[in-house]
Amino acid sequence: MSDQEQSSAPAPAKADQAEAPAPTKSDSSLADDLDGILDEIDEVLETNAEEFVKSYVQKGGE
Amino acid sequence: MASIKVVGLETEYGIVHRGVDDPNPITASSLLINAYLARCEATGRRPATQRVSWDFEDESPDIDARGYTPVGARPPEVETHLVNAVLTNGARYYVDHAHPEMSTPECLDAATAVLYDRAGELVVIESMQAAAEMLGSGQELIAYKNNSDGKGNSYGTHENYLMDRNTPFSDIVAHATTHFVTRQIFIGAGKVGSEIPGIGVAEVPFQLTQRADFFEEEVGLETTLKRPIINTRDEPHADAQKYRRLHVIVGDANMSQYATWLKVGTTLIVLAMIEDDAFDPKIAFRAPVQALRQVSHDVTLSRPLRLYDGTSATALEIQAEIVMAAEKYLETRGVAGAGGNGAWAVLEAWRDTIETLERDPMELSDRLDWVAKKALLDAYRERDNLPWADARLRALDLQYHDMRPQRSVFNRLGLQTLFDDDQAGAASVDPPDHTRAYFRGECLKRFPDAIVAANWDSMVFDTGEAPLRRVPMMEPTRGSASHVASLFDGCEDVRDLLTRLES
Repeated sequence: MSDQEQSSAPAPAKADQAEAPAPTKSDSSLADDLDGILDEIDEVLETNAEEFVKSYVQKGGE
Repeated sequence: MASIKVVGLETEYGIVHRGVDDPNPITASSLLINAYLARCEATGRRPATQRVSWDFEDESPDIDARGYTPVGARPPEVETHLVNAVLTNGARYYVDHAHPEMSTPECLDAATAVLYDRAGELVVIESMQAAAEMLGSGQELIAYKNNSDGKGNSYGTHENYLMDRNTPFSDIVAHATTHFVTRQIFIGAGKVGSEIPGIGVAEVPFQLTQRADFFEEEVGLETTLKRPIINTRDEPHADAQKYRRLHVIVGDANMSQYATWLKVGTTLIVLAMIEDDAFDPKIAFRAPVQALRQVSHDVTLSRPLRLYDGTSATALEIQAEIVMAAEKYLETRGVAGAGGNGAWAVLEAWRDTIETLERDPMELSDRLDWVAKKALLDAYRERDNLPWADARLRALDLQYHDMRPQRSVFNRLGLQTLFDDDQAGAASVDPPDHTRAYFRGECLKRFPDAIVAANWDSMVFDTGEAPLRRVPMMEPTRGSASHVASLFDGCEDVRDLLTRLES
């Protein structure tokens, strides 16, 4: 994603309290970049998916 | 009348401890938090995070908003001997139900809530790094910001909204339910499969939310089983004559800052409308719990939900009507009770999101967690020809929420952000300006050794002579920078501060 440009959306109406900052937009849609991302993600994925999924157990919380 | 809203988010993180034979989540959670506290103290690059004890005197989670304390209600499941820290940004970082939990300080608007939620994430990330150094090679603590382990266990991400006590609770139940059932279409974090016994990945390959499967009641006091859409916990941590704190347990943890912003911002507006008797549409689901699950299980967003009057409407249609009512509300009543001036930006984004969902949800893959996750999983399925049951898809689902920056799948997808890490880093140390969190945080920064105990609505100081001094903070909007910043100026010690407070 390093060649993705960030541009600001127009700022919302001014206020005397901190206004919501404009979200940074990505130039290209996620779908266009996905092929490249998949390769990147391959490298950081847990090596044994089945083992990882099986061993991920949590205690119930609220 | 709609009152100024104060909002805070609590997140229970999933926790994994690798490299030990018999991992214990309570130990792991404690190690994680203690590692962070130790690093703060050791490096001295910020004021020492005070290992201040939590003042449990005012905690009463069993009081029910419907006006009674149920016979046989279990005592508060607070384990008082567990790690419980209050941070200099006013947040609370503690072990709860075998999870590390981060509660943001009190905020006045959705954007600030997002900022402090992200600040909490940075604290958790730094905690993992500190733990890695302490534990040595072979061991690792990993936190996950999600709500489901895929094995029937769930842990929550809760929103807390301060409301006017005068609002009839039945109105809140009726109308907040309408929003909570239908807002899932943009707040959901997505999940492979289902947790409902008998329903597997064949019937529900992918659903919008992590939490819907775990809800079984419309209204109730429980939070760990038979979870209700509307939780009746009545523990305002503030002047109980004036305020109610609505404790919302039915949302997902969001990695997307934009989704968190919409989740909180839209709900602020909805609650203001309810307070002012201006909420629309005034509908009721024939079976709210069923509707909650139906919305979550329907990736096409087109399933009609049965209403009490015999008609039906889709979640999209209902949200579109709520947005229209919200616009009318803000125009006629203003923003003061709806999250302040930031409400206009929320409204615009809300409307845009609904319209985009109507047109093509996948256009929101840079803003909504469930869409980003689905786009990713669809791409993997296509590239590697994977069935939904393939473990790699569930692994991706989990790793989307991995808090380690290098391993987080979410991090690689470039979703829109509201704040960068410099801003969030500052917020992990500095409290918000506009609420009592400011007073709490600044006291912790300046007089860490003099603070014996803290709570959301009080602090206890040790001035060096008996007795200990308790300062109540029953008004969440008092204790802000504008009220007390000048008190701290040139203030020498706690005795000095207390004298100034009294005058």
